[in-house]
Amino acid sequence: MYASDMSTDFTHRFPLRAGRTHEACGPSALSLAFALGGYLAGTVLWICESWQSDQINPIGFASYMDPQKLLLSKVKNQADGLAVAEEALRSGAVCLVVIELYQPLSFTAGRRLQLAAQAGPTTGLCIIPEGQGNNAAETRWRCSPVFDPVPIIASQDSTLQRWEITKNKSGTLGTWDVSWDAQTRRINVVSKAA
Amino acid sequence: MRKRVVSMWFPRLPSDRALRARPIETPFALIQRQGNSDRIYCVNRPAEQLGLHRGMGLSDAHAFCPNLQSSPATPQIDLRFLHMLVRWAGRYCPWVGLEGEDGLVLNIAGSAHLFGSEAAMLADIRLRLIRAGMTVRLGLADTRGAAWGLAHYGEGGAAVGATQAQIAPLPVAALRLGEKPVIALQRLGVRYIGDLIALPRATVTRRFGKEVLLRLDQALGDQPEEISPLRDPIHYGVRMTLPDPIGLSADVMAGTGRLLDRLCAKLKAQEKGARVLQLTLRRVDQANEQIELRLARPLRDAARILPLFQRMVDQVDSGYGIDQLRLEAVLVETLVVQQVNHTSPDKPHLLDDLITRIGNRIGLDNVQCFLPVDSNIPERSFITTPAADSDPAGPWGTMRLRPLRLFPPEAIAGIGSQPPQRFRWRRMHLVTGRATGPERIAPEWWSPDENWRAGLRDYWRIETMQGRRLWLFYTPQNPGWFVQGEFA
Repeated sequence: MYASDMSTDFTHRFPLRAGRTHEACGPSALSLAFALGGYLAGTVLWICESWQSDQINPIGFASYMDPQKLLLSKVKNQADGLAVAEEALRSGAVCLVVIELYQPLSFTAGRRLQLAAQAGPTTGLCIIPEGQGNNAAETRWRCSPVFDPVPIIASQDSTLQRWEITKNKSGTLGTWDVSWDAQTRRINVVSKAA
Repeated sequence: MRKRVVSMWFPRLPSDRALRARPIETPFALIQRQGNSDRIYCVNRPAEQLGLHRGMGLSDAHAFCPNLQSSPATPQIDLRFLHMLVRWAGRYCPWVGLEGEDGLVLNIAGSAHLFGSEAAMLADIRLRLIRAGMTVRLGLADTRGAAWGLAHYGEGGAAVGATQAQIAPLPVAALRLGEKPVIALQRLGVRYIGDLIALPRATVTRRFGKEVLLRLDQALGDQPEEISPLRDPIHYGVRMTLPDPIGLSADVMAGTGRLLDRLCAKLKAQEKGARVLQLTLRRVDQANEQIELRLARPLRDAARILPLFQRMVDQVDSGYGIDQLRLEAVLVETLVVQQVNHTSPDKPHLLDDLITRIGNRIGLDNVQCFLPVDSNIPERSFITTPAADSDPAGPWGTMRLRPLRLFPPEAIAGIGSQPPQRFRWRRMHLVTGRATGPERIAPEWWSPDENWRAGLRDYWRIETMQGRRLWLFYTPQNPGWFVQGEFA
């Protein structure tokens, strides 16, 4: 497959289908979430649990999206988080709802999120631990960083990653090597290293 | 109608207030810091008898009286206490005003007979204030000026029409004059008000200006002087009592809607917006159900507030029925009318309402936004604040590469100031592919931070062969390697 084909193929997938909830797992799932937030115009609601010591760093993701666009909501447990996510998806006041999940969702919960996203319509993204996907999700992405032996631009930060669709309800699966272009704030699809 | 004015003077208001909670018999003083020294602000009676007075240095006071107890003065609380006394004095008459920082003035014309007589009323005032632990001196006269003079210098009442005779023996200072004219008058031998009255008016004006005669005329009633009662604070509360109890959630919402219309009209008239609303539902069995709605932005738009009540009204147990609804804006903020133009965002209130709804579920403080802070310390270069209290701000400069995710430093095995070739982190074996650095960050000496005890940090960006890109740091002053963040 040629690089041009790959990138057109990718543009059909990447700004994730609006009005649906999607899932992302893997070490680079945050990249996908922030990149998506950068593509969409509007406020992003980020839901995380307050006991988590890991936290997102606005200075870090400022090259992906404007931190002013992000609202953080800290919840006590996953049930609260899901309630907040459902409320936000349904209201249509935000363009993207990202929720960090630590336990697998029941099918009912996943389906409820899906229906709320359709009612919005708002894009939802669940960041899940590896292998804890939910059948109600529209697509599931696995994002892992890749070591870049020869950075394209030596001065710039290398953000080479492999994004892989492992589940897709309305399309085919695929794998792309992508990197983030901080200047244009766009995803670059690079041809696979041999 | 002829005025009858009572002037109350609390000569020891601050210390009386401070000692109400813990009465003591030993000398006591309130201290205020003035310039570079502590000075006495107010003393109680035992301290006064020992010769302590206002304005004296605290160390001098201790020399006079070694067992002096003291505490800092709080003029704001004293003022608030005086306002409470104003409300209390409303039991005697509706016309109650403040007289300086330590007195009240009442116009009791027409209400004295309710207490028997003027003397009985004064006795009642005095009794109740003494019981409350307050020292008070009262003056009663036809005019405000004369009542003030009697309270401060004579303590007593002047019968109707006998004001002049009553105040004539008082010193001229009883006319509410400044220090300068009082001293000047005393030098001339005019010590008492009676002496002043006897002087020809033209010479007094020529010598002292208008002030002296103005005060004299006010005291004698030739110049009118008004008493302005304090304005009642506006109460943002409305209620509705029902002839028959209701129980359906739709009925309660309809009632709340009507109350909201009235409350919002009130808020609009004052250019205020509600921040916290409290809906009290009284049930027929006298139990109260309370709902508190915290809003992300000050609001006075009934159509927007009403749906926000829905979720909580649905959860209310109405028992045998609800027969009274009471809605109160517990916290109001100024909300001025804003010009809407084509550049203002389309539906900003959608987001505010969402924050309110989320906030009422998880706590309004837990919906946050990021604000930049000018600091090189990675974990302190931003703060999160409740989105309801502050608007998101920028700019967010990205001077250097920073990780997407930060976590508390996790120690790894490593020796020397160069990054380790191989290391173990979170049960993963990682091999360094490329290391960029170091970037040295020094702790901020002006803000002590427990986490920066180890001193300087040399930050490295490590790209591992396995793909993970980590942010490591080395502490040269206290050798050790740590992982603090992860890049994309």
